[in-house]
Amino acid sequence: MIQAAGNADPANARPIVQAVRVWKSYGATSVLRGVSFDLRPHQVLCIMGASGSGKSTLLRCINHLERVDAGRIWIDGKLIGYRPEGHKLFELPEREVCKRRAEVGMVFQHFNLFKHMTVLENVSYAPIKVKRVDVAKARERANQLIARVGLADKAAAYPSQLSGGQQQRVAIARALAMTPKLILFDEPTSALDPELVKEVLDVIRELATDGISMIVVTHEVGFAREAADCIAVMHEGLIVESGAPDQMIDQPTHPRTREFLSQVL
Amino acid sequence: MTLAPPTSERTGAEADGAPAHDEIIPVRHPGRWVGAVVITVLFAMLVHSLVTDPRYQWGVVGQYFGSDLILSGLRLTLELTVLSMLIGIVVGVTVAVMRLSPNPILSKGSALYIWFFRGTPVLVQLFFWYNIAALYPRVSIGVPFGPAFVGGSTNSIVTPLIAALLGLGLNEGAYMAEIVRAGILSVERGQIDAASALGLSRLKTMKGIVLPQAMRVIIPPTGNETIGMLKTTSLASALSLSELLFSAQIVYERTFQTIPLLIVASLWYLIVTTVLTVGQMRIESYFGRSVGTPGGGRRKRARSYLRAALRFHVDAQELLTLGNSGRRGR
Repeated sequence: MIQAAGNADPANARPIVQAVRVWKSYGATSVLRGVSFDLRPHQVLCIMGASGSGKSTLLRCINHLERVDAGRIWIDGKLIGYRPEGHKLFELPEREVCKRRAEVGMVFQHFNLFKHMTVLENVSYAPIKVKRVDVAKARERANQLIARVGLADKAAAYPSQLSGGQQQRVAIARALAMTPKLILFDEPTSALDPELVKEVLDVIRELATDGISMIVVTHEVGFAREAADCIAVMHEGLIVESGAPDQMIDQPTHPRTREFLSQVL
Repeated sequence: MTLAPPTSERTGAEADGAPAHDEIIPVRHPGRWVGAVVITVLFAMLVHSLVTDPRYQWGVVGQYFGSDLILSGLRLTLELTVLSMLIGIVVGVTVAVMRLSPNPILSKGSALYIWFFRGTPVLVQLFFWYNIAALYPRVSIGVPFGPAFVGGSTNSIVTPLIAALLGLGLNEGAYMAEIVRAGILSVERGQIDAASALGLSRLKTMKGIVLPQAMRVIIPPTGNETIGMLKTTSLASALSLSELLFSAQIVYERTFQTIPLLIVASLWYLIVTTVLTVGQMRIESYFGRSVGTPGGGRRKRARSYLRAALRFHVDAQELLTLGNSGRRGR
């Protein structure tokens, strides 16, 4: 088990995410083969690794978009998907699963903005429908968040009228609107044109300095060095190496880490 | 091979009144000529007979076109169309959502529904509903296999109108289910992931995210279904419901003016179909708004279809006036 090197938090603070020997397979292929890690509150974990190494699947498991086959994941001390009672695990009803999911934000590689809604509607929809926030209040807060990601003039636009970078910033605002305990970023800049990558990374970096707990799957080594508290490298469904960014990037010990870094650097 | 001379030379030549040096001769299409002539002659024969043949009895057509009987028949036809489509859409959405459910009983059940209602002719289904009392003389609400709370004789509940609505609506539901299912499947998986990640339940995701986006795919065929339904309601005449066709039949069985009254009915069907088609274009452009070019990319496309249809018409006209010189002038 690895631990993010804490800056401010005492090492014994309750982890915001704790994964223990998580297994997941699709048919005969095992995508995750016993992944374990901890993430302390207010910290940023960057997960790197070649495609097919299980990074995205791990994120999807953390948000319960996929059901794990074996192992446990806790978020803020709560077991995902089940209610433990004695030696039994009771599967949670949909309502509970939704409530837990609402506490974890997710930003996708392909943005996945709701195409039939304006930017403002995209950001305010879930607070209104899931948290039952008053419409006027939800809009007000949505407008603040849209301004925060630098798109105040685009609130009435539809996603199809925005660039990829702008869409991804809206997606981040949409995740923030639910005031999540944790945000998961699944390759947030991989689908972007190179000149648009920076505007999105800037927003994520700012969130990191604000102290939001984050797990970022990314190939942006520069970003990881700057923003991450911990980097983990995945290979064939396992975390093969993890540690502080400088150490991981400058003196990788595992051959897979070196191989991966030589490809992306 | 030489290229066309520069423009300055050409305008000079035209100023002299002489033809341009390199004239472009369009490809001739003799096949189109033959086709156009054949069609034109046939069309002319039809128009000629429409105008001159007394057996069309246009006077009778005019006499009954706006008559109360026909108009009340038209109203029932419209009511049947709207109500059957409503039943069809509600049933269709339900069956489609069931079909995509992870629960095998629900999905197999809806597959069975679609199989049955698409697999038997709607006229047969109409007769079934009309004669349902022979199968179940009483209907009641109560505990299954137990006591009944309210009930009545089937004949008093399933009137010919209800039988027609059940027959047409439930049959339509099977077709709508397939249309809605195709629409739902057309929405990207990522949209559902994003909604789930925000904590939206399956039902809320379906209502708020998936179905509105599926509309773009669902609306055009639903328009076709509505237009189809308008005409399918004429089958209700077999249940002695006095919709448009049956109203016309009532008259011609009395007066033996069969053809003119069938023309009256056809004209009304054509008029309503035309109105529905225009409405469909409007709705399509509304639901296409946030996708692609904002503000009615679909309407543009609908217009271009219309234009394509008109173009054929223009082509034909062009050919008719084609004293060859007219073409060169262009």
